[in-house]
Amino acid sequence: MAEADRPWEVAAPFGLLAELTHRCPLHCPYCANPIQLTPRADELTTAQWKDVISQAHAIGVVQLHLSGGEPLARADLPELAFHARSSGAYVNLVTSGVGLTRERALLLADRGVDHVQLSLQDADAGPADYVAGARAHQCKLAAAKAITGAGLPLTVNIVLHRGNIGRTARIIDLAVALGADRVELANAQFYGWGLLNRSTLLPTRDQLDASLVAVEQARTRHAAAGRGPHIVHVVSDYYAGRPKPCMDGWARRQLTVTPSGDVLPCPGASVIRSLPVENALRRPLAEIWYDSEAFNAFRGTGWMSDPCRSCPSRHEDFGGCRCQAFHLTGDAARTDPVCRLSPDRALIDSALAQAGGLPQADHVMRTPPVADARTASEGR
Amino acid sequence: MTTGPTAAVGPAPAPRLGPGVRFTHDAARAADLLLLPEKVLVLNTTAAAVLALCDGSRGLDEITAALKDRYEHVNRQDVIDLLARLEQHRAVAHG
Repeated sequence: MAEADRPWEVAAPFGLLAELTHRCPLHCPYCANPIQLTPRADELTTAQWKDVISQAHAIGVVQLHLSGGEPLARADLPELAFHARSSGAYVNLVTSGVGLTRERALLLADRGVDHVQLSLQDADAGPADYVAGARAHQCKLAAAKAITGAGLPLTVNIVLHRGNIGRTARIIDLAVALGADRVELANAQFYGWGLLNRSTLLPTRDQLDASLVAVEQARTRHAAAGRGPHIVHVVSDYYAGRPKPCMDGWARRQLTVTPSGDVLPCPGASVIRSLPVENALRRPLAEIWYDSEAFNAFRGTGWMSDPCRSCPSRHEDFGGCRCQAFHLTGDAARTDPVCRLSPDRALIDSALAQAGGLPQADHVMRTPPVADARTASEGR
Repeated sequence: MTTGPTAAVGPAPAPRLGPGVRFTHDAARAADLLLLPEKVLVLNTTAAAVLALCDGSRGLDEITAALKDRYEHVNRQDVIDLLARLEQHRAVAHG
């Protein structure tokens, strides 16, 4: 495809991230949900979610991530899982584990859930519950047992940040002991809540280096003990010189639907206020994927300016993350500031220079809008 | 899991699909797909033929023999290399 002839080629999406609800019993200060959380009253109904899932299948989606908030807060979760699986899609449940009893795990397995991603906050209940703002750690240990007991493959997800990165080795050991086939360690990303808390979450270079060693040692330790889980480690892009290929390119492989039906190219994209927001209740998913201004805004390379425009890596990293560019510079079309070639790289370097400066007590915890606080705390 | 050179890792003795991995045909794309927890692999004909035989009961020799029954020019080393690559993707595991 010559860029001059056709600015981009749009292929069918592979994945849908369905944020079923923003309700969650946890209050993690690095939550990937937007600051403006959707209240329960604005959530799509069961029938509306089923329609979204069917439309997604029709345009090529073969992988459905049922996420939140806490998706278990939706009583219709088994019904939605069954609907998705009936279309042939791979059904991945992304959960905190709070409320995931043995019975519910068995029911979800029976309804066609293929795989579960369970979050852990830390190796011990004390610091884990502190950062979650809830007594959740013990529930998670029980949930892991319920998941593996139901025969479901388990990935344990951990967000690493300054407060827990020193315990990387013990966190991995716990995940392995819980029966995880995969352990996914991801350094906190700095959008939304994470950006609000960047000064208390960003690890120091020394902490990061120590965790890299800890991960390598854990790989050796657990490989030697048997088959060993797959340990995936995603390092903060702040410490990389080049940007990550965010979402494998804007609106290239995946789409996100929020609790109220907003359709986004990535879960963070609602921050880019310069783009019109599409909604599944107002426009067919196919039209949004192929024809909407928001989805086409950063496809291809035509939107780029230098240094991206002439960069040989532009087809591999796609200029990095559009949300990060918007968050830090106010212009979503600029080069991701984490790139060493970006004229805005000083924004990242100054944050790194301050890493380690504030005590952990300064977290801004994730909280729902005041009017919604009661329904959220009712949880499931 | 170490990630050494693929030749040294070698294929599992009786490979089967890894945990949480599903093999499917996608009518919309007219392609065989491998669905994994965090990714989707679009399979070429060779990979699809090999994966269809990875049920945990066949060893490398049986897989190669079954392929030779159906296709010409089946090379054992190619099968070994393909299985090693799939193992690195965590698409196949030990039987």
